[in-house]
Amino acid sequence: MKETVLAGQIKKLSVVHKKKRIFQPEHVFIYAAGSIIFFLIICAVFPQWVAPFAPTKMFTDAIMQAPSVSHILGTDYFGRDVFSLIVFGSRTSLIIGFLSVITAAVIGMLIGSVAGYAGGIIDLIFMRVIDILMTIPGMLLSLAFAAALGPSLMNIILAISISALPGYARLMRGQILTLKNRNFVIASKSIGVSNFVIFFRHILPNAYSPLLVMATNGLGSSILLGAGLSFLGLGVVQEVPDWGTLLSQGRGYLAAAWWIATFPGIAITSFVLSANIIGDSLRDFLDPKKKQKGENA
Amino acid sequence: MGKFIVNRMIAAVFVLLGSLFLVFIINYSLPGDAVDQMLEGTGATPEMAANLRKELGLDLPFHTQFFEYLNNILRGDFGNSIVNNTPVLDKIISQFPATIALTVVSAILSIVFGITLGVFSATHHNSVLDYAARLIGLFGISMPTFWSGILLILIFSVTLGWFPSIGSDGWITLVLPSIALGLVGSGAIVRMVRNSMLEVMNEQYILTLRSKGLSEKVVMYKHALRNALIPSITIIGMMIGDMLGGAVVIETVFSRQGIGRLVADAITAKDLPVVQGVVFFSAIVYILINFMVDISYSVIDPRVRKSF
Repeated sequence: MKETVLAGQIKKLSVVHKKKRIFQPEHVFIYAAGSIIFFLIICAVFPQWVAPFAPTKMFTDAIMQAPSVSHILGTDYFGRDVFSLIVFGSRTSLIIGFLSVITAAVIGMLIGSVAGYAGGIIDLIFMRVIDILMTIPGMLLSLAFAAALGPSLMNIILAISISALPGYARLMRGQILTLKNRNFVIASKSIGVSNFVIFFRHILPNAYSPLLVMATNGLGSSILLGAGLSFLGLGVVQEVPDWGTLLSQGRGYLAAAWWIATFPGIAITSFVLSANIIGDSLRDFLDPKKKQKGENA
Repeated sequence: MGKFIVNRMIAAVFVLLGSLFLVFIINYSLPGDAVDQMLEGTGATPEMAANLRKELGLDLPFHTQFFEYLNNILRGDFGNSIVNNTPVLDKIISQFPATIALTVVSAILSIVFGITLGVFSATHHNSVLDYAARLIGLFGISMPTFWSGILLILIFSVTLGWFPSIGSDGWITLVLPSIALGLVGSGAIVRMVRNSMLEVMNEQYILTLRSKGLSEKVVMYKHALRNALIPSITIIGMMIGDMLGGAVVIETVFSRQGIGRLVADAITAKDLPVVQGVVFFSAIVYILINFMVDISYSVIDPRVRKSF
């Protein structure tokens, strides 16, 4: 009786793994996510190729028109084409997203590496500072910084990076701590390789994969944070508003023209969703534990 | 156990002091100071500004100012609002209950929804329903809260007229905001519970339990879920802290009372003592929540206690 149960379980398990190989809707999602991100990056870099109109052009005879053939996402309260606004607005949003992830990752990795490598009192001080940064919820921390620094692109990027960098610092420190006592690092140290070379040639290549996953998912959350700050009126003031500002401005016309606030939201969500899907699949792909399991099964 | 709690408490006090210092630095390193803002447009002379600065102690050296600030905070004095000179603490205390109500309801929603969906997703691994649940989880963490809030208003207030779109009187106004805020949390919890359930289900002891002939229900709910929930508790603690941040946006979208709205309005009015006060106040709440999470961690998982 028990044997049959066990056999049944094993059969069940093997069926699960077989299924995993044949039916992989993940791949469809990954391609879709990749195409969305590619498209939005094209929008940000060459908006004039994608957008049918200039973002500032006002169609005074077509104010607050519902989506139609001539204006596929409708027009806003000035008669501006919503689709063109979103396409041109992608630049600021994506710059905020990418640059704040890069800033946070670089500073965070630097702090984490120094703390992990040096150990002792430096480690203690650095990590306490990181703990302190983590006690204030991300949104409030970047809000406080953005409010104090004033609304410019640089300041918003800085404010978002500050709230994101503790994660990178902690992850990097953990990686360094496990790697620095591995034999290949000790061996290179004993033959007199400099710390600098050890770090860049031996530690970093072995530590990057979880950081890459964190950065990909972080791209989504910094876009969200940036949009949130713009929504609260802390965004960059400029002629072509970014996605968060567009959404916030459209909010007042919800009952009369739902499309003004809805479509920028779809733009934000599709970018963040795609970044998260790619981050997840990167995690699965780079996780040695999962890979091994897949091979054994 | 006692030693563990004391250790965590000491750590919490230090972190609290640190975050107070951070909040102070943010304010101290401002390009223009409070006096410039207070006197803006009043046509005050530089001498008047200097006098006011002296009166407020802003001409003192950095460390003196910080200890003065610390001293005031310990006496419960968070300073006064620049706009109408009312004590910041009074403002926070009068607005806090509304935010607590919102956060608690959202947290309960997201915990119940998140754990149910996460377990379901793990037990039906790789089925179509699993993919649906994962997609819901992904959407939850990918949608900006203000947008999901706006969509909820559009559907349930503007179109259907079931719930009021704004205001904070009575439970009925809590429904839409807490769904909007709870969506984010449940997204994070679904993902966490699903992943740790799947990980636990691969453990040897689950195979042992199954080979002993235990029913699948007992294996799943009594053994797998219990162990899978341990890492999720950390996520839940962090999520509640993030909800305090999310409340800023949600309270603005739904025009609700609360400390989030307070801080959003203070930003528009450039009322920095209020911003500072709310940020520090939420740090206190966050630290308290994490302290409780640490304690509950050690209650659930005895191995944690030994590491201290």
